Amino acid sequence: MLRYTLLRLLGAIPTLLLVIVLAFLMVHAAPGGPFDAERALPAEVAANIEAAYHLDEPLPKQLGRYMSGLLRGDLGPSFRYRDYTVAELIGTGFPLSLRIGLLAIVLALLLGISSGTVAALRHGSMLDRIVMSFAMTGISIPVFVVAPVLVLLLAVKLQWLPAGWSGTPGAAKYILPVFTLALPQIAYIARLTRASMIDVLGRDFIRTARAQGLGTKTIIRVHALKPAMLPILSYMGPAIAAILTGSVVVEEVFGIPGLGQFFVRGALNRDYTLVLGIVIFYATLIITLNLIVDILYGVIDPRVRNQ
Amino acid sequence: MKKSGGILLFILVMAIVGPWLSPHDYQDTNFDAILNAPSFAGVHFFGTDDLGRDLFVRTMLGIRITLLVAIVASLVSLVIGVTYGAVAGYVGGRVDAVMMRFVDTLYALPFIFFVILLMVVFERNFFLIFVAIGAINWLDMARIVRGQTLSLREREFVDAARLTGVSTARIIFRHIAPNLLGIVVVYVTLTIPQAILVESFLSFLGLGIQEPQTSLGSLVDGGVNQMEGASWMLLIPAALLALILMCFNFLGDALRDFFDARKSP
Repeated sequence: MLRYTLLRLLGAIPTLLLVIVLAFLMVHAAPGGPFDAERALPAEVAANIEAAYHLDEPLPKQLGRYMSGLLRGDLGPSFRYRDYTVAELIGTGFPLSLRIGLLAIVLALLLGISSGTVAALRHGSMLDRIVMSFAMTGISIPVFVVAPVLVLLLAVKLQWLPAGWSGTPGAAKYILPVFTLALPQIAYIARLTRASMIDVLGRDFIRTARAQGLGTKTIIRVHALKPAMLPILSYMGPAIAAILTGSVVVEEVFGIPGLGQFFVRGALNRDYTLVLGIVIFYATLIITLNLIVDILYGVIDPRVRNQ
Repeated sequence: MKKSGGILLFILVMAIVGPWLSPHDYQDTNFDAILNAPSFAGVHFFGTDDLGRDLFVRTMLGIRITLLVAIVASLVSLVIGVTYGAVAGYVGGRVDAVMMRFVDTLYALPFIFFVILLMVVFERNFFLIFVAIGAINWLDMARIVRGQTLSLREREFVDAARLTGVSTARIIFRHIAPNLLGIVVVYVTLTIPQAILVESFLSFLGLGIQEPQTSLGSLVDGGVNQMEGASWMLLIPAALLALILMCFNFLGDALRDFFDARKSP
């Protein structure tokens, strides 16, 4: 198990380095500098600014400086939000994004697994077909379509739920963002659970359990659920990435002051350091979580470890 | 499958012919007709937006651009994916191992954020959107093609070609690639909706297609800003985008079941 964990860890490090170098080079390949304004700056001022941000150094040296900063958690100053460092901005936005993302994952797992299991048990029935067409719809319709349409319907027209974020007290404001973010994942997880549950329920050990006279509930809970959950576990990596991407849209639509909003604002304002910092932050997060999922997979399924 | 195909064909024909059926142009503003609801009286079938532009023509134009980006991006991913997968599968051995390890590494990258980074760095140019979206979607294609190539490599006609002294590159492109056609068509059908998603996601955030050009994503974005007074601005492009995506997904699933019987239940 230790060997397996170490191997996974060793695999993740080059990926992370690749991300950082790639992102850094992309930003620095930009035509024109970040301080190009409509009015040309006097040469001395431009040189001073470049020196202050170390932009006058050769590229490898800048990369080295950036990397050593990263190790200390320093992502440099933001180019647009004066007096803020990128790390401070991430620290401001991330906790809220994290809370919403976690709630969405939990909701997606609960609803996805339960509806997928029900569909698998009633394989081929009307209920199965209804659940699966809902899932297909949920997968097809992007978050940035679902979010505004739900706001229009439930918040603007029916006024059941609050539409905005700031100034709204209570937990009700979480309902729409979390549900919108979870919806495509509910759909995916339902489809995955159904497929793997149908597969597992057809195996010999389930037939044996049935022959021993166990009830359906016991069979599902004790025998079928664990092997059927393996594909769901390996889907958690992509699911987390999708939720991060979705949170960018959801925060924009609902006006939530999270990390996604900083990212979009940064992108529109061409705040290079902020966008670079957030891309690296997101990538590190995704790679780390993928690593954890991989290691968990090894814990649950011993066959994987010995490959 | 026929239904999805029929709907897509109808939408495509409307997107091409539609703008000629309307007397309005996609970028003409009319400040006497701001935020008009859909009506036949002013020949604004889908209403007008906050600048008085006709939304029917703009929506049709948006569909054109969305589909164009998606198809070109899918072709880019097709070329990269098939070449990469066929080479890895045909050459095999250590080269194959290294090439596929690289694909695994790329799978772990959050590509969409890199595309955004690319858009920030290199302004928003049309060509770049194609390439960027194509470049992130070739991984699945490469894997599928490699798997197929591995089994094709052992077939007699490949041996025959090798015996007669045909070069490796020629074997890959003239003998292996044509035999991959079925599976490749299926995966292109499944890549198109993914490309549409990425393009409209970028345009929705204001990082994709720029005004006065438009795509379904930027139309949805415009609709969000006006939804309280003019819900048609949001609902029509949103519904069309959802419909197109669903049709492609259904079509792709059906084609996959047809070509690849193992995967169907």
